[in-house]
Amino acid sequence: MSIETATVVPDAPVIQEAKLASGTSLWQDAWYRLQRNRLALGSLVFFCMMAVVCVLGPLFTGYTYEQTELSLKASAPLEPIIERTESVKNGAPRRSYLGLSSIEDEFLEKSPEERQAVVARIKRGEVVREDRFSYHLTRLKHRFGTDALGRDLLTRVLVGGQISLAVGFAATLVSVVIGVLWGAVAGFLGGKVDTVMMRLVDILYAMPFTVIVILLMVTFGRNFILLFVAIGAVEWLTMARIVRGQIISLKHQEFVEAAVSLGLSERTIILRHLIPNVLGPVIIYTTLTVPDVMLLEAVLSFLGLGVPPPMSSWGALLDDGARTMETSLWLLVFPALFFSSTLFSLNFLGDGLRDALDPKSSKD
Amino acid sequence: MIKVIVGRLLQLIPVLWILLTLTFFLTKMVPGGPFSAERQATPEVIARLNEYYGLDKPVWQQYLSYLGKVVRFDFGPSYTYQSDSVTEIIARSFPISLQIGTLAFAIAIVIGVTAGAIAAVNKNKVWDYLPMSVAMLGICLPTFVLGPILALIFCLELKLAPVSGWYGLEYVPLHPAVMPAVTLGLFYAANVARLTRGGMLDILNQDFIRTARAKGVPEHQIILKHALRGGLLPVVSFLGPAFAGLISGSFVVEKIFNVPGLGQEFIKSVFNRDYPLILGTVIFFGTLIVIFNLVSDIAQALLDPKSRKSL
Repeated sequence: MSIETATVVPDAPVIQEAKLASGTSLWQDAWYRLQRNRLALGSLVFFCMMAVVCVLGPLFTGYTYEQTELSLKASAPLEPIIERTESVKNGAPRRSYLGLSSIEDEFLEKSPEERQAVVARIKRGEVVREDRFSYHLTRLKHRFGTDALGRDLLTRVLVGGQISLAVGFAATLVSVVIGVLWGAVAGFLGGKVDTVMMRLVDILYAMPFTVIVILLMVTFGRNFILLFVAIGAVEWLTMARIVRGQIISLKHQEFVEAAVSLGLSERTIILRHLIPNVLGPVIIYTTLTVPDVMLLEAVLSFLGLGVPPPMSSWGALLDDGARTMETSLWLLVFPALFFSSTLFSLNFLGDGLRDALDPKSSKD
Repeated sequence: MIKVIVGRLLQLIPVLWILLTLTFFLTKMVPGGPFSAERQATPEVIARLNEYYGLDKPVWQQYLSYLGKVVRFDFGPSYTYQSDSVTEIIARSFPISLQIGTLAFAIAIVIGVTAGAIAAVNKNKVWDYLPMSVAMLGICLPTFVLGPILALIFCLELKLAPVSGWYGLEYVPLHPAVMPAVTLGLFYAANVARLTRGGMLDILNQDFIRTARAKGVPEHQIILKHALRGGLLPVVSFLGPAFAGLISGSFVVEKIFNVPGLGQEFIKSVFNRDYPLILGTVIFFGTLIVIFNLVSDIAQALLDPKSRKSL
């Protein structure tokens, strides 16, 4: 503290004027540069919208992610839905729903002409009675269609988005906390501690991550929380390396020497003086880790180690969709659109931040 | 230099030992054994099998005897492929992964460096965004989506390559390694493009580029001779570990295209609890990664005079 007060020039107003003229902080500068990168800025806006839609959207779709309608099966997007009521003796009538494309299968005992006549009547909105059944067209709509169990795909995509984003951010948070602390401590202390800590990182690097994650998932079952802890525990290695490199280049600078000479503890120096100075690279890398983690979640779903059903996630939906690609393409297209557009936006945002936060890059 | 390389190679020993120990005890923590569960066998048979493979002994004894064998490069027999040793399985499946990986590596570099260089020269313009979008396709769609889509287009519609499998497919124009390699290569191309772009932007802002421009060096020479060469440094440090990952086989891609490579063997071994095969492949992966990290460090030192001392 004493050093700072000692450098204050008596003529205070002059200093204030100078501040007005030149003072743009690193963050103001970065924000200015980010604004110039229209793709990155657009990505930021897009990503925020995507997050809001995924969180609030399921409230307005009218379906829940686990509500099945087995008779509906995989109906195409916006396919008209027909309600079938079966009257039951001594009981409430049973209600079920069918897609228009599968309605002909209901009247297989009829001749083709009769069948088409019945279907045409239903299409016109008439109530058709056959034995115990009555059919009529409803105004229900599945905007993205339904999956093989008749669940509303739109709701599942949005809820899946919540899960995938949650996994992405939670796992990234775990990896950032471990990575930053590990790298900062190793870089600051140096010497033998540094060697041992970074050698451990090297060893974990040489370990195929799938072994750890798969073995953990097999050992402890498909646990949602464990999923992102496991991913986070794998993803922190690169962060530790980046932070360590930054800290090493920072720790010989004057402000750290000043802090040491003031008698601050190592803990304070690391937490208050060094870590804030490496925030730039950390933010960049964090933005780029989230899409990585989301991709990893998808791969785990492919291996059957993702979130347990009936829960949905983008990875699980993509896996479903890729399997039924040839018969019901929409089951792949919609999750893929949401997933890849989100990942695109996060990647471009991360790259844009890298350009913006790197003080070395030009100011154009 | 040679001293440093030997030193780094000696580090392999502790690294592999810890890797082996961690994996060994992790696999032992997994409930169920290779001979339990759905396989139809009487308890006596299982007991005999466990005795034969030494699984009835305490874990630390199994560990010590395994360690003793590994030192003599004997990775034991596989539990699932009864007549094959782990070494034979790796020797059989690795060349397949190596072919796919090498091809994918080439694809990743060509696409990645081209896209990254074009993007860097046109920073924040359409020709920055467009090549980067193409290059990023591979990391914005999982391989298990990209693979089937590519297979649908190039294998089923255009009939250029076999949809799956590896052997006896001479009648299609492309080698069965091509489609898996493209799928895998696109994934790594994104990272290569990003690193190339970042590295080149760094260089283009430096004083010696301004000097070169002031001297009247033609722009294409500045980009190709100065910027690209310096800009590839970060790419080189990424390529080492990436190459190790590529040639050890992406199990997802191998599974999609049903290629009998090392990656698929590894995943099968995990689900089959084939302990010797798990451990054998993990050690193999680990060795590859350490060696390629070293190779990329050496390559970086040769390219960059500044980091030569730190090697």
